[in-house]
Amino acid sequence: MRTKLAQVGRRLLQAVPSVIGIIVISFALTRALPGDPAVYFAGAMADEKSIAEVRVALGLDRSWIEQFFIYVGNLFSGNLGVSLNTGRPVLTELMTRLPASLELTFTGLGIAILIAVPLGVLAAVRPGSWIDHMCRVLVTAGVSLPTFFTGLFLIYLFYYLLGLAPSPLGRLDILFFPPEHVTGFYTLDSLIAGDGETFVAALKQIVLPALTLGLFALAPIARMTRAAMLNALASDFVRTARANGLSSATVLGTYAFRNAALPVLTTLGMVFSFLLGANVLVEKVFSWPGIGSFAIEALIASDYAAVQGFVLSMALLFVLVNLAIDTLLTLIDPRIGLDG
Amino acid sequence: MLRFAKHARYVLSENPVTAGAFLFFTLLILLAVFGPWIAPHDPLATNASNALQAPTWAHPFGTDHLGRDVFSRVIVATRLDLGIAVSAVALSFVIGSALGCSAGFWGGWTDRIVGRVSDTIMAFPLFVLAMGVVAALGNSVENIIYATAVINLPFYARVARNETSLRREAGFVLAARISGGSDARILATQVFPNILPPMMVQISLNMGWAILNAAGLSFIGLGVRPPAAEWGIMVAEGATYIVSGEWWLALFPGAALMLAVFCFNLMGDGLRDLVDPSRRT
Repeated sequence: MRTKLAQVGRRLLQAVPSVIGIIVISFALTRALPGDPAVYFAGAMADEKSIAEVRVALGLDRSWIEQFFIYVGNLFSGNLGVSLNTGRPVLTELMTRLPASLELTFTGLGIAILIAVPLGVLAAVRPGSWIDHMCRVLVTAGVSLPTFFTGLFLIYLFYYLLGLAPSPLGRLDILFFPPEHVTGFYTLDSLIAGDGETFVAALKQIVLPALTLGLFALAPIARMTRAAMLNALASDFVRTARANGLSSATVLGTYAFRNAALPVLTTLGMVFSFLLGANVLVEKVFSWPGIGSFAIEALIASDYAAVQGFVLSMALLFVLVNLAIDTLLTLIDPRIGLDG
Repeated sequence: MLRFAKHARYVLSENPVTAGAFLFFTLLILLAVFGPWIAPHDPLATNASNALQAPTWAHPFGTDHLGRDVFSRVIVATRLDLGIAVSAVALSFVIGSALGCSAGFWGGWTDRIVGRVSDTIMAFPLFVLAMGVVAALGNSVENIIYATAVINLPFYARVARNETSLRREAGFVLAARISGGSDARILATQVFPNILPPMMVQISLNMGWAILNAAGLSFIGLGVRPPAAEWGIMVAEGATYIVSGEWWLALFPGAALMLAVFCFNLMGDGLRDLVDPSRRT
């Protein structure tokens, strides 16, 4: 156990350079603006005085090094600037919208895992069967699908033609009140509040966008599961287990799958990164009030502080998710800590 | 060369899907080059009396909300979409292989710095980083290209670095060194031509992704401005009409985009089989 803890600690330290790199790049992005950044941050309506105020606030009248440390200091005190669009601090805006995006992303990821992992396992267990072929078609088609296109197609099919889905406008039909805020996830919150009707309404809204994200994330997960499972099945320990007469369920579940799960988990980090990008497109298609929609509005209105805050927070979120995955990997990997 | 041609014919006949992808690729190139002459209508000509018409023989893909012919617009858009993706991929290929080759060849600090830069880029969700780059540089088509190039850079740098460091001590490199070639000369004439095949595979696997990214950026309203014909922005314009049942506005440009990406991905798999038979799936 001690070796495992040391491993986790070392992994935490490895995240430090990434975080520094992220902060340097986002600093560079805020200063790469052609012309005077203060004019951009102050917005189109600003006069001389407010531009000068912004210049002092951002420290633009000082050297690059000093500017960088002012930037870092602001970050650590949670000051990401003020959104020109809404007039509220960027951090507040992001935090109020984050649950909506996370709910969507995690539901999409969940759907993808639930479909892709069994599919990949079955394809590896029976290579050359129709499941294997289906898996291959899905994998190649899945990476070629533009998410926004899949989303629109699903809307056309389930909303316009079949009438099964509610109108693709946001997280909840206007007839319902959002549930009391606990987690910020409407589906969970309505369950906690014991409000069945709101739960069903929230679920109906999230199914299509989550499915869109799920279809997008499915391909890499299925491909990795199939490859990892094929690898594990071809290994010596599986052959030994078979030769010793263990049931095929034990061989597949305990021996092969537990080992195949490790590379699949590693892939999830990459998939999550792509999902954060795809999320932006899906939020636009379904008018989902998450940080993606916020960032698009900010981009169109040249609301720089908001966009940079969005980029920075997404990158930090991605680092966190990777950390969590690696910690989990260390904890479940049977090969680490045996010799310690 | 003859052996390679034979091998190519073998791989293509083994895998008719790859052959199909190559055919479709040729069609895409033809459309990109001759699109404006092939298109039956002017892609920008509006006709309010003929707006939102479902597909007919005169307008195989229907007309959009301004009465423009969707078929012509989809054809003409090929050039812009491929152009953005090709320029972005070319940029990342050139810069990425220069960085990767030097990192793999010299090692040490060069390697550490290049590795750190690629890691830092990869630490961002890439589409989100592209949005940030466009926001910082300004909202234009060139900046879409730069943003797409930046997020593709690490992939090329990594492949080039790994392939170069494998060949750093190879016999032909040592021979070139003994015969007095400078480092830069050896890199350019001995190492680089040898890492080209895996780089080509990377390009065609990457191309589809670059097209998707660029189209995604213009879908959210960055870069390409209306009334220009581009698949991403056409899908975005059509999105408004999906809920009222006018499916053809978004379907055809979206399908064109999907087919193009699909074609590049299949071609990438095919090229990988050609170049590296051991990794065939």
